[in-house]
Amino acid sequence: MEKHWWKILSAILLFYTVIAGFLGDVPTMAILNESIRNLYFHVTMWFAMMILMIVSLVYSIKYLGSFELKSDVIAEESARVAMLFGVLGLLTGMVWAKYTWGAWWVNDVQLNGAAGTMLVYTAYFLLRNSMDDEQKKARISAVYSIFAFAMMIVFIIILPRMTDSLHPGKGGNPGFSSYDLDHRLRLVFYPAVIGWTLLGVWIMSLRIRLRNIHKNIESN
Amino acid sequence: MSSKLPMLLFVFLIVMVTSVSAQSSVDMADVMRSDGKIYVVVAVASVVMAGILIYLVLLDRKISAMEKKIKNKA
Repeated sequence: MEKHWWKILSAILLFYTVIAGFLGDVPTMAILNESIRNLYFHVTMWFAMMILMIVSLVYSIKYLGSFELKSDVIAEESARVAMLFGVLGLLTGMVWAKYTWGAWWVNDVQLNGAAGTMLVYTAYFLLRNSMDDEQKKARISAVYSIFAFAMMIVFIIILPRMTDSLHPGKGGNPGFSSYDLDHRLRLVFYPAVIGWTLLGVWIMSLRIRLRNIHKNIESN
Repeated sequence: MSSKLPMLLFVFLIVMVTSVSAQSSVDMADVMRSDGKIYVVVAVASVVMAGILIYLVLLDRKISAMEKKIKNKA
């Protein structure tokens, strides 16, 4: 029997996020007002994406060490779900930007870096789909995946800190401590990160199982 | 005539009841209507969350059933 406890945990944490996220006490801040609650729904998307990208990186490296296709499948599917969170992060960020900065998109290093990350990972899937031989596909995309991860770190973690940025936590002000330091926010934020990440892992596991079924049917 | 009387009474009562409730501008002591109806937002967001999670559970079960089928075949 499979263990489902983490799926239940994900559901509990997400309901907690929705309920405590709207009803909980938040710091009073100008311009942001109540929209600081987006921290639980926008920032968490990027955290979940980062965690799933790390999973993808780990399994890419694992593949290169063992040449087992199992690791390659996990690397690809976790990157796929990470992309989903990334796109949601971009879209939610655009809505938030519209009502705090006044535009859907500003030419900011953090925003462009996030978009660049999406493009780098889009190239990962393009590269994958351009090859038929399974081992070759897995090997080349595993190597590219390591490069893509490094680019992501540069794009959304290093570069934004080197210049000025509108985005909180960037532009020589590492960590979004000025917002996050508040324990009331932390109380919902961290459970929300775990909840969203587990939801992503759940979707990923479903995709992997579907692929295995598909493979099983094809081989028969 | 006598058969119409209860019907008229019924309509009259319905009109009475609805007009009274329509006239009352007093907010009832209802949790869902307090704090600028933020609880309504919580309810809606919870419904969305529940919908997504139930969808995933059903999908999970479907895939489990398929896996069982393949296992039995092999």
